[in-house]
Amino acid sequence: MFNVRGLNVAYGQSQVLHGIDMSVAQGEIVAVVGRNGMGKSTLMKSLIGVLPSRSGEISVQGTDVAGLPSHSRVKHGLAYVPQGRQIFGTMTVKENIQTGLVVTGKTEIPDEIYSLFPILAEFEKRRGGNLSGGQQQQLAIARALASDPKILLLDEPTEGIQPSIIKDIAVVLKEIRQLRNLTIVVCEQVLSFVLDVADRILVMENGRIVHSDRRDQVDEAAIAGYLAV
Amino acid sequence: MLFGYSFGDLGSILVMQGFAGLILFSVFVLMALGLAIIFGQMGVINMAHGEFMILGAYMTFLSSHLFQTYLPSFFGIYFFVAMIVAFLVSGAAGLATEWLLIRHLYRRPLDTLLATWGLSLIMQQAFRTIFGAREVGVELPSWMMGSLNVSSSIEVQINGLFVMALTLMITGAVALLMFKSRWGLQVRAVVNNRVMSGAVGIDTRRIDRLTFGLGCGIAGVAGSAFTMIGSTSPSAGQLYIVDTFLVVVFGGAQSLLGTIASALAISQSQSTLEFFTSGSNAKVTTLLIVIGLLMLRPQGLFVLKVRK
Repeated sequence: MFNVRGLNVAYGQSQVLHGIDMSVAQGEIVAVVGRNGMGKSTLMKSLIGVLPSRSGEISVQGTDVAGLPSHSRVKHGLAYVPQGRQIFGTMTVKENIQTGLVVTGKTEIPDEIYSLFPILAEFEKRRGGNLSGGQQQQLAIARALASDPKILLLDEPTEGIQPSIIKDIAVVLKEIRQLRNLTIVVCEQVLSFVLDVADRILVMENGRIVHSDRRDQVDEAAIAGYLAV
Repeated sequence: MLFGYSFGDLGSILVMQGFAGLILFSVFVLMALGLAIIFGQMGVINMAHGEFMILGAYMTFLSSHLFQTYLPSFFGIYFFVAMIVAFLVSGAAGLATEWLLIRHLYRRPLDTLLATWGLSLIMQQAFRTIFGAREVGVELPSWMMGSLNVSSSIEVQINGLFVMALTLMITGAVALLMFKSRWGLQVRAVVNNRVMSGAVGIDTRRIDRLTFGLGCGIAGVAGSAFTMIGSTSPSAGQLYIVDTFLVVVFGGAQSLLGTIASALAISQSQSTLEFFTSGSNAKVTTLLIVIGLLMLRPQGLFVLKVRK
């Protein structure tokens, strides 16, 4: 359903991703783990297209989107929740979600989104920049869901967020998957979160995927070994 | 007694100069609106903005001529047609400029400065070739001429009132577009974070083109208004571009309200000082005040406060 073949990405002369291959089934949650600087964020950025890839194929239900600008990738069903949330700070919560609606042509925010994140309905008129970190994270996910995606890409959704909210986010992600049969690719460093949500775990090291395990057969110690500094 | 005027006279002078300042304010606001939305959205400083205004002024001149020659009975309403023509022609020229020139330079903001300055020279020469180097003025329909006598020593011009009403309407329309329309939503998102806007599905290139076109179109309307307070010549736009920059910077580049407030402050102090000193002294004093205030508030008059 979502296939990546031989993806190479470089910043100038230094190559960061070396031929990433990855294939994700419909409704599957895949976690990409790895230490800092191993290329996780670069992978996410090149998948959504804010960073150009040098070569390789990224296909969504058989359509190659690798050469398209990011807004067209969103139209093809990708959605992105970036590291650090990057919500539009001076715009209200409602307007932030509406920016995600642009590709769908709708203007009304679906009830489903507010029922997933009731706090956002309550703070509808506040400026996004004035929300707390956890609320901003929920807003960033809501904004991504507004574009009615088939594949949701999340870059370190737990960064800088208190443990109780991390649990909530895990619950919401699984709920969305149930609701929409959504495919989710999430990169993470917090192992407990990964073990909680993922069906499959990929380990990245130096721009390559070096290890892959199904959740039910996962060797926690081995994965923790990859994450240890 | 002050400067040799009685207090009654002084009151009238202040009111009338204040009113003259308001017409200048109108032109400033319309120019600055376009410049500010283009700068806010794309980080492009359009040095040719004055020429887009003059393009609008020439369109107004042409319309008045055509109406006089072919439709003299409709001359009374020509100005409304002229405004629409000015908006459309300047806007179309803006769209073409974005497509031919600006979009190739997005990652090089300093080069856009140079390129649009070059464009301004090209446009000036084009005006000179097409319309001649001499200044042209438009003839106003009779209902716009004359003035209202408010008191024995105060009178206000009807065309000035008209220009102000027009400015209010356009400013209101731009504010509505910015805060209520889908286009405005996208513009504000791009201003906030261009990369992320693309990643939520906004076609930033398309929004850039529309914004540039709209900004230039508004400059064209400013040109229509300009024909009432000055005569149109190929290089008249240059006189206004510096003041307009001043308005934008002083107001805070991303705030509509700031733009309006700073246009009001600058045009009023300019116009009032011009009466009591000379034109260049007025400019110097205004500039000094603005520089002083910007040293205290480098971000401009109005800034939105949010958590970073």
